[in-house]
Amino acid sequence: MQLTSSSIGRKILMAITGQAMVLFAVVHLLGNSSIFGWLNGGINAYAEHLHSLPLPIIVGFRLALLAMVCVHIWFGIQLTIENRGGRPQQYAVKSTQKATFASENMIWTGSLLGLFLLYHLAHFTLQVINPETAALKNLVPLHNEMVPNVLGMVVTGFKNFFVSFIYVGAMVTLFLHLSHGIQSFFQTMGWSCDKSQPLLVKFGTLVALGLFLGYVTIPLTIFAGILKG
Amino acid sequence: MSDHKTMTLTLIVWRQKNASDAGKFETYTAKNITEHHSFLEMLDCVNEDLIHTGKDPIVFDHDCREGICGMCSQVVNGAPHGGQERTTVCQLHMRKFKDGDTIYIEPWRARAFPIIRDLIVDRSALDKIIQAGGYTSCHTGGVADGNAILIPKPVADEAMDAAECVGCGACVAGCPNGSAMLFTGAKVSQLAILPQGKGEAAARVRNMTNTMTECGFGNCTNHYECMAACPKGINVKFIARMNREFMKALIA
Repeated sequence: MQLTSSSIGRKILMAITGQAMVLFAVVHLLGNSSIFGWLNGGINAYAEHLHSLPLPIIVGFRLALLAMVCVHIWFGIQLTIENRGGRPQQYAVKSTQKATFASENMIWTGSLLGLFLLYHLAHFTLQVINPETAALKNLVPLHNEMVPNVLGMVVTGFKNFFVSFIYVGAMVTLFLHLSHGIQSFFQTMGWSCDKSQPLLVKFGTLVALGLFLGYVTIPLTIFAGILKG
Repeated sequence: MSDHKTMTLTLIVWRQKNASDAGKFETYTAKNITEHHSFLEMLDCVNEDLIHTGKDPIVFDHDCREGICGMCSQVVNGAPHGGQERTTVCQLHMRKFKDGDTIYIEPWRARAFPIIRDLIVDRSALDKIIQAGGYTSCHTGGVADGNAILIPKPVADEAMDAAECVGCGACVAGCPNGSAMLFTGAKVSQLAILPQGKGEAAARVRNMTNTMTECGFGNCTNHYECMAACPKGINVKFIARMNREFMKALIA
């Protein structure tokens, strides 16, 4: 199978799964931004809307995301091991001209993001990090029905310095990973030429910066006491 | 010539007897070097001194010494060909260095390029990639009119840009993954762009990239170090084009 065994095939799989996760990160941020009140009922209404979707859609979406993560991690590790072997002996003098800290450390930023993902799921999806604030156990009224208090859970969580610190640190890592990953997607898919390639590098960094700023605003405004539960 | 200031340089050079030898750095002093010496002429001077003192000269690859052939292959201070834009190491001149400088000279380092001796590596893996499809087998018959197949100027120029690759292997030496994607991308593209090459494009990209992997080259992770190292300025757009060709081959 050319797609899963060849050099470019696996590169394409890394690009597509990576980009799918970037799109998820964009949608996830847009949804989470409901915490700032642009949606009637805030993030609680948004969460309730998501959970009221038909079960096959929720399960299917989660399985698809899990598949993306697994393929990305599997080939990421496999390719990194192969690539380390491509130059077994390093130069005595290291001199890089185009490679960046981000491009050289994708495996490490990726690994940190993988660990963060586990923490994030335990915190807000499984809700086992602070069980007493779990949204599923603390229902609040919304539009004449009782819904999980996601806002309370998020605000209590981010009031804690260490929790906010972990999230901000993870978003710095995400910025690094995507500043190389997004432009890489276009190059790998062959959607770049000599004129667009340097612009795509800037575009990728800009999108990564936008995601970083958008995401860190939530813990920072809560920790600073601007956004209240 | 006598009024030229001369330089004295410290060279730290990789010495290795053969592929199985562990190899190590040796330190030499290059004396009476003028700014007009090319990098290889500077090494010639050092080698003459070594020969006079009964030592083995530093072995390195070179041929045209005009920046055309792609034979010279040295990593100078961590940069393939010395890091000067669009310059092979034979066209790198000592005016780029200062009196008293310390210069590290190493061979291309990649799994697919075993060291033969000192600074000479075996680059025949690149030939294997070419043998896997870097040609066309169209029957052209007798001498045809050169303009029988109409090729617009921009298309011909694009193919020529890819064909500028001299196969020196600096892209592999510069790539942290020891990947030959820029070389293979240029060779796939120079043929895929032209009508004569389109017929075999799908098999070509599959076979050449598979051979690349079999030869022990790493995979491309878009660092673009290859483009910075290339003495002919081959653009990474040809890797993007190869990726498009690969996808077409996947569907075909």
